[in-house]
Amino acid sequence: MYGWLWRHLPGPAPVRVLLSAVLAAAVLAACFLWVYPAIAPFMPFNETTVGE
Amino acid sequence: MSSPPVTVRPPAHARTARTPTASSIAYGIVGVVGELLITVGVLLLGFLVWQLWWTDVEGNAAQAEIVRDLGFAPPVVAEEDDGVAEPRRDEPPVIDEPPHATSFATLQVPRWVGEQERPISQGTDRPTVLDVLGIGHYEGTAMPGGVGNFALAGHRVTFGKPFNRIEELQVDDALVVRTADTWYVYKVTEMEVVTPADVRVIAPVPNEPGVEPTERFITLTTCHPMFSARERYIVHGVLDYWAPVSDGTPAELLG
Repeated sequence: MYGWLWRHLPGPAPVRVLLSAVLAAAVLAACFLWVYPAIAPFMPFNETTVGE
Repeated sequence: MSSPPVTVRPPAHARTARTPTASSIAYGIVGVVGELLITVGVLLLGFLVWQLWWTDVEGNAAQAEIVRDLGFAPPVVAEEDDGVAEPRRDEPPVIDEPPHATSFATLQVPRWVGEQERPISQGTDRPTVLDVLGIGHYEGTAMPGGVGNFALAGHRVTFGKPFNRIEELQVDDALVVRTADTWYVYKVTEMEVVTPADVRVIAPVPNEPGVEPTERFITLTTCHPMFSARERYIVHGVLDYWAPVSDGTPAELLG
């Protein structure tokens, strides 16, 4: 999977490293903005109220 | 000395030209599955970072901004008493319950040195109040200064964790609630750990459901132990005094 990605990134090795880092940062940003907030309500350790 | 054997590696783009065999396909699948599993592990670690650190960073900033947006006027500082509000123990003014998810008061706890002033908002559901606005007020319970039980819930971990240091509270510690015009200074009377189903802790008279209240209580509820939803940590208090904001600041906050 990552081997395939590496082979399909353009440019010399330093450019590929940079592109990989940008892609990883984009994935992490998407997780922070949308994915993690969406799954947080299903986590069992945040209940603070009584009666529910 | 013999020269090392020279291995000639085919260039990377030549690999695709290889005829795939059953075993190379199997290795390929195992490799992809392994990389996927590693990726999931890293993303789960990322979730922990987000939940345990980033929601606090965002929550603290958001709650500080809500307190600013409340626009409460700074307390009057009179020369003759150094700005200390005179405690009043007559009938306090009590505001009506606001609409859901409306911030109407703040909480300051002198025991929690370094802790910021937190907003109190109407409602106790997580998506619209506890996760985004900080401390929530159980709908239908008394308002600050009212006869009955002013019951609050807040996160102990994550989302700004307004009640993170609840276990530091001791009997007689002050819980200072402020609305636009009034200070309400409660004193802690009791701490307990209950199960999530024990609604009696927020009854008008705490732990005595059905009894007509004559006193002005406050109750804080949060999760217990930390990072668990197994139990709830409860702090009860009773109103000590109130004071108009136009008269100064409670001595407890000036300490």
